[in-house]
Amino acid sequence: MRAKIEIKDLNLYYGANHALKNVNMDIPPREIIAFIGPSGCGKSTLLKTINRMNDLIDGVNIQGSITLDGEDIYDKNVNTTLLRKKIGMVFQQPNPFPMSIYDNIAYGPRIHGIRKKAVLDEIVETSLKGAAIFNEVKDKLKKSALNLSGGQQQRLCIARALAVKPDVLLMDEPTSALDPISTLKIEELISELKKNYTVAIVTHNMQQAARIADNTAFFLTGEMVEMNRTDILFSRPADKRTEDYITGRFG
Amino acid sequence: MEKVLPILKRISKSSSSDRSIMSGKGYVSFMEQLMECVFTLCGLSAVAAVAAITIYMIISGTPAIFKVGITEMLFGTVWAPTAAEPSFGIAYIVLTSIIGTVMSIVIGVPIGLMTAVFMSEMAEKRTAAIVKPAVELLAGIPSIVYGLLGLLIINPAMGRIEKILFSNSENHVMNGGANLISAVLVLSIMILPTVINVSETSLRAVPLSVRQASLALGATKIQTIFRVTIPAAKSGIITAVVLGVGRAVGEAMAIVLVSGNTVNIPLPFNSVRFLTTGIVSEMGYASGLHRETLFTIGLVLFVFIMIINIVINFILEGGDKNE
Repeated sequence: MRAKIEIKDLNLYYGANHALKNVNMDIPPREIIAFIGPSGCGKSTLLKTINRMNDLIDGVNIQGSITLDGEDIYDKNVNTTLLRKKIGMVFQQPNPFPMSIYDNIAYGPRIHGIRKKAVLDEIVETSLKGAAIFNEVKDKLKKSALNLSGGQQQRLCIARALAVKPDVLLMDEPTSALDPISTLKIEELISELKKNYTVAIVTHNMQQAARIADNTAFFLTGEMVEMNRTDILFSRPADKRTEDYITGRFG
Repeated sequence: MEKVLPILKRISKSSSSDRSIMSGKGYVSFMEQLMECVFTLCGLSAVAAVAAITIYMIISGTPAIFKVGITEMLFGTVWAPTAAEPSFGIAYIVLTSIIGTVMSIVIGVPIGLMTAVFMSEMAEKRTAAIVKPAVELLAGIPSIVYGLLGLLIINPAMGRIEKILFSNSENHVMNGGANLISAVLVLSIMILPTVINVSETSLRAVPLSVRQASLALGATKIQTIFRVTIPAAKSGIITAVVLGVGRAVGEAMAIVLVSGNTVNIPLPFNSVRFLTTGIVSEMGYASGLHRETLFTIGLVLFVFIMIINIVINFILEGGDKNE
C-alpha cells in the first residue's frame, strides 16, 4: 500500500528554535494516525506543516520534504488553496464563523467556486450528516452557529472541513476543549471518517489514541521517537522513552 | 527577631481568629459609601447634560416653527431672513446637510475601512508603525486647519474645473470652487481617523482562530478578509460609520470656509450652506425671529443626530439577535 503522505528528513526552525528534528514518516491512506507526546514536543507543529499553515508564521524555516500522493507540497508551483482543499483541518478550539450554520458549511464550497443553490444545499446536508450533526441542526440551518454547544460547534467545524471534499483530515487536539460525552461522539465520528479519509490527529490523551488510532507516533522535544501500530506501541514500545511516557513516568 | 515577635502577636490578636464576624449591621465603610456616591453622580451627570440640552433645544427651537409655520419652514426654499418681507425656508439647507453627509460617508468609509484592513491585516510592523501615528495625528488636527487646507488646495482646483464646465452656462453663478464637492472632500478626510480607528479596533478583535479556519479551507488572504474578518467585525464597523456620520453632520468650522455658504439647491458645483454653517455665519448679527429660526436649525440638527443614533442602535440590536 502506497503512503498517502510521506515525510522525509523534515527539519523545522522557528528562528533559532529547532522545533522538528529529522522527522521521517509514512502516513498510510484511510487510516487514523495519532501524534502523541508532551506539550511542546512538536506534534502540532508537524500537523500544521502538512497543510502549510506554518507558512503564516514569521521566521519559519522548513527543510526536507513532504509529499501528498507523491507530489511535493513545498514545491514552488504548489497552489496552497488547492492543497488546503485536499487537506482539511480541525482546530483545538471550535472556531465556527460568526454566521449561520448553513453559511459556515457553504463557505468552503463557495470559496472554491460553487454557486448553485441546489448543489450547495446538497453539500451542506451530506457534510452535516457526515459529521453526525445533521439531525440536531436540520431545523435551524439559518440560525447562527455561535448558538450551538461546544461539542456541536466542533462537529460543525468537522462538517465544514468535509464540505470541500478533502482526502486528508488534520485534527489538532479536537476534543481537548470538550466534555466527555461530546468527546465520545467525536471519537466515534473520527472512527467512522477513516472509511473515506486519511486522518492525522494530535492528542494529549493517550487513551484516545489507543481507542481510535491505527498507528501512533510518539514525539519528544521535536524528535519522532517511535512510530508503530497503536496496539504494539502501547503494549511493547521499542524505546525506553516511549515506555516512560505511556506508563506516565513523565509528561 | 525579638522586635518582630510582639508585632506578630499583636497582629494575630487583632486578626479574625478571636473576633466574631458579626461585627456590624451589614457594615460598609464610609469611604466605600462615599466613592459609590461619587461614581453615581458622575454617571448621572451625562444623563443630566443630555436631558438639559434636549429641553433647552426644544424650548428655544420650537417658537419659530409656530411663528413661521412648519411646512413653510421645512419645505420652503427661500432663505431671506433680513429681507423686507423675510422668508425662512430651510429646505435647501437641510438637503445640503443630508447630501453632504451621505456623500462624505460614501467616499470616506470605504477609504477608511480599507486603511483599517491594511493596518490590521496586511501591514508589516514597521509600516504600521508609520501609518498608525499618522492616522492619530489626523484625528488631532483642529477642524479649522482642514478648512484652511481646503481653501488653499481644493477650492482653487474646483474653481478651475468649474471654469471649464460652466464657461458657457448662463445660469451658473461662479463661486471660485467654493462648492458642495469641496465641502464633501474636506468632510471625507475629516471622518477618516474616526472610521479608521474604530474599524481597526474591531477588526483586531476578530479572533485569529476564525481567520485560520478560513485559510485552512483554502481561502486566500483577501477572501478571508472580505468574507470572514470584515463580516465578523460588522458591529464595530457600523459603529465607526455612525461616529463618522456624527462628525460629518456636526462639523461647521472646516466647511464654512470651503462651501461658499450661500443658500442654493445642493448640486455639486453650487455654493451651498449646511445646517451648521448657517448658524455659525448668521448668529453674530441675527435678532428676533431670525435668531429664533437659527435655534430651530439647531433643533433640526439635534433631531437628525438623535434619529441616526436610534436607527443605528436598532440595527445593531437586530443584528445581535440574529447571531
